[in-house]
Amino acid sequence: MLTSTEIQSRLERILLRVQKPGRYVGGELNQIVKDWDTIETRVALAFPDIYDLGVPNLGLAILYHTLNARPDVLAERAFVPWTDMEDQLRRNGIPLYSLETKHAIAQFDILGFTLPYESLYTNALNFLDLSEIPIYSRERTKTHPLVIAGGHAAFNPEPMHAFIDAFVIGEGEEVIHDIVNTYQAWKRSSQPRTALLRSLAKIWGVYVPSLYETHYQPDGTVASVERLVEDAPKKIEKRLVARLLPPPTRFIVPNIDVVHNRIAIEIMRGCTRGCRFCHAGMITRPIRERPVEEIVNALEESIEATGFEEIALLSLSSSDYTNIVDLVKAISVRFAGKHMTISLPSLRIESTSIDLLEELRTGRQTGFTLAPEAATERMRNIINKPISTENLLDVTRAIYDRGWQSIKLYFMIGHPSETIEDVQAIADLCKKVLAGGRNAIGRRANLHAGISTFVPKPHTPFQWVPCDSVEQIEAKQRLLRNALSGPGLKYSWTNPQDTMLEAWLSRGDRRLSEVIYSAWKHGAKFDAWQDQYRFDAWETAFAENGLDPDFYTHRTRFIDEIFPWEHIDPGVRKKFLTQDYQWSLEGKVRPDCRQQCYACGILPGFAELRRQNPGDAWKCPEVSQGRVRAVNTLQEA
Amino acid sequence: MERLRITYSKTTPMRYTSNLNIHKIWERTLRRARLPLAYSEGFHPQPRLIQASPLPLGLLSRVEMIDIWLESEPGAEPVAEKLAVALPPGLEVQSITPIELLAPALPAQVRSAEYVAAFLTPVDRDELAGRVNRLLGAPELRRERRGKIYDLRPVIEALEVLPDLDAEGHSCIFMRLSARENATGRAEEVLITLEYDPFDTRIERVKLILNSSE
Repeated sequence: MLTSTEIQSRLERILLRVQKPGRYVGGELNQIVKDWDTIETRVALAFPDIYDLGVPNLGLAILYHTLNARPDVLAERAFVPWTDMEDQLRRNGIPLYSLETKHAIAQFDILGFTLPYESLYTNALNFLDLSEIPIYSRERTKTHPLVIAGGHAAFNPEPMHAFIDAFVIGEGEEVIHDIVNTYQAWKRSSQPRTALLRSLAKIWGVYVPSLYETHYQPDGTVASVERLVEDAPKKIEKRLVARLLPPPTRFIVPNIDVVHNRIAIEIMRGCTRGCRFCHAGMITRPIRERPVEEIVNALEESIEATGFEEIALLSLSSSDYTNIVDLVKAISVRFAGKHMTISLPSLRIESTSIDLLEELRTGRQTGFTLAPEAATERMRNIINKPISTENLLDVTRAIYDRGWQSIKLYFMIGHPSETIEDVQAIADLCKKVLAGGRNAIGRRANLHAGISTFVPKPHTPFQWVPCDSVEQIEAKQRLLRNALSGPGLKYSWTNPQDTMLEAWLSRGDRRLSEVIYSAWKHGAKFDAWQDQYRFDAWETAFAENGLDPDFYTHRTRFIDEIFPWEHIDPGVRKKFLTQDYQWSLEGKVRPDCRQQCYACGILPGFAELRRQNPGDAWKCPEVSQGRVRAVNTLQEA
Repeated sequence: MERLRITYSKTTPMRYTSNLNIHKIWERTLRRARLPLAYSEGFHPQPRLIQASPLPLGLLSRVEMIDIWLESEPGAEPVAEKLAVALPPGLEVQSITPIELLAPALPAQVRSAEYVAAFLTPVDRDELAGRVNRLLGAPELRRERRGKIYDLRPVIEALEVLPDLDAEGHSCIFMRLSARENATGRAEEVLITLEYDPFDTRIERVKLILNSSE
């Protein structure tokens, strides 16, 4: 393995031969460099896509700061190189290295991947290969790093089970320390690698796939998930932090332009709306909010530390943040007139949202984004995003009236039981919205319809439903493309083949590990990139492994089907999801659970944690000893 | 309002950051330093910063220059102190001079730039000297860049093999190239004309010559 110095000197000869060499050199403001030789445990944090996408990733920033806060740990960053740099690395025998000190990834103790979405899987394999680390977990020895992964996609870890030694299910900021501590104890003990894996399995929120085996029915569905050792938990309960920890403020400031050049602060985690398609809304419960004062102070610190000109206030539903009006006022008072751009995404479709954005509006004119997700009231009741069409038209009209020339509306096609009329309604609604705008401000009004395709996700009320076929999607997109042409209208859509990849992998089982491996062998990587995605490689991979991709996408699951992710427990219970699925079939809406608890499973599952963190810490009802029992009974009913 | 001319060096890792991004980096540095950068008037206010002469990606420099306009008048010394803390790795202030608000624009004043290129792969020094002499003797050097044919020879004001090796033992050449608007010589074009791979060299801009610095 090349030393850090050798890697650096070889790099100078190749960097000018690739596009955007600034991706590969590190050394940015606020990067943390520690003494490699004296630190006990070295962690490489990897986002398996290019630097430009990885640097702004908030999850990675949180882990980077919390790990580097420990005197006995160093954490460095690594991303996958773009294809031109990959060629150079392979040709010059340079292994993948960390940005901070240019050490080969294989020299780290722990390699942690963040896997927010499925189209990064082949990149993770390529990352391991470029790092000269065995791709299969079973081939790794004591000399290799421990390979862990977390992120939203890890809530169904099975498709990647063969490559990852241990997954984190849930929130990473506390469990990462448990993992490091367990690793340190193991390293001092000189026990075999399997001992490390078995100790990791005992940590709340950690899943070690090699300690389980999946058995299948003749029809290909799961018969059971068997534990191979007694001390591995039957169900892996997700990890969560009782209260949000202080947010990172010393963000790394890249020296090149990346996708988001900004300060990002999470104002709230979790969502009470219960949109049935929404994976994040189900797996990030309960709601925990950050106090206004903490947010504003963190922003001041961040500006001082980074000089960024843009702030993003992140959450799944900004309008639901309890003190949103106070927060927005406080921010506009402190940061107005400083040439800053402030974004507040995920606003509800109501007129108060306009007040909020008006308060934050600076010189730069930007568009106003709303996500009705479906265009008919019937469809919106099915997906549990109830808004009346009349209300939507009033609000959009008011947005144009109050000075925005451009509105972006997000919709999805492919919702369960969607008809062609529901699709046509998207076009009709967009035209009505634009007509309202033209009435208000004339021909300057324009509308952008961003129409993605629904993919059923595990642990949601729609985990049973089939995904549209490529032909169905294409027919719907054709209709929209024709209907949504005209002055002032812009239409964007998702490539149906991209949707298929996401659909196979989202609800995949363990057998997909071989498919992912074959696809990568056939050249699949950068699956999230239109110009790199190789649908043919995936088709070949399925065929080689004797699997039918439609089994994963177009099949309605049996109501009592055992899912491949059945042993992963997100807190929200299957019984609740089943009921919510049945409600959707009846078009029955489930109101915001801030008004009333519907016993999704979080409270009984984490009753003790809730009891220790009473009051406003969570937006769930408080629990007393008696109350937990009541909630449990409700659940059984 | 105060206009200051900052001379600064650009080292690794900033070497791999383009001019456009350097602009942004200065803007952020001034915000961190709490120096009130002035903005242009109008609907899309732009920060008032201007660089002397674009430095091609990958080059190091000892002598980059930028003019900044501040809303207040803190003076050069306090600004230098604040910048020393706020600058990112790879940029270092060499000097700060107050400039008349109405003095001519900085880019228009640049006349020539001097570069030193170090050969990372050892070269035959006699061969190098021979190629340099042949180049200097040529009446014209037709080159094509971005689809346009031009003569490189007149923009080469000086070119010589440096007698000493650099600290790492590399052979080096020195060049002074015209840097006037519409007549800007590029160091890597000279290297290509000498038939060396510019990507296998380390080029540093060592001096900027302004009209005023006769």
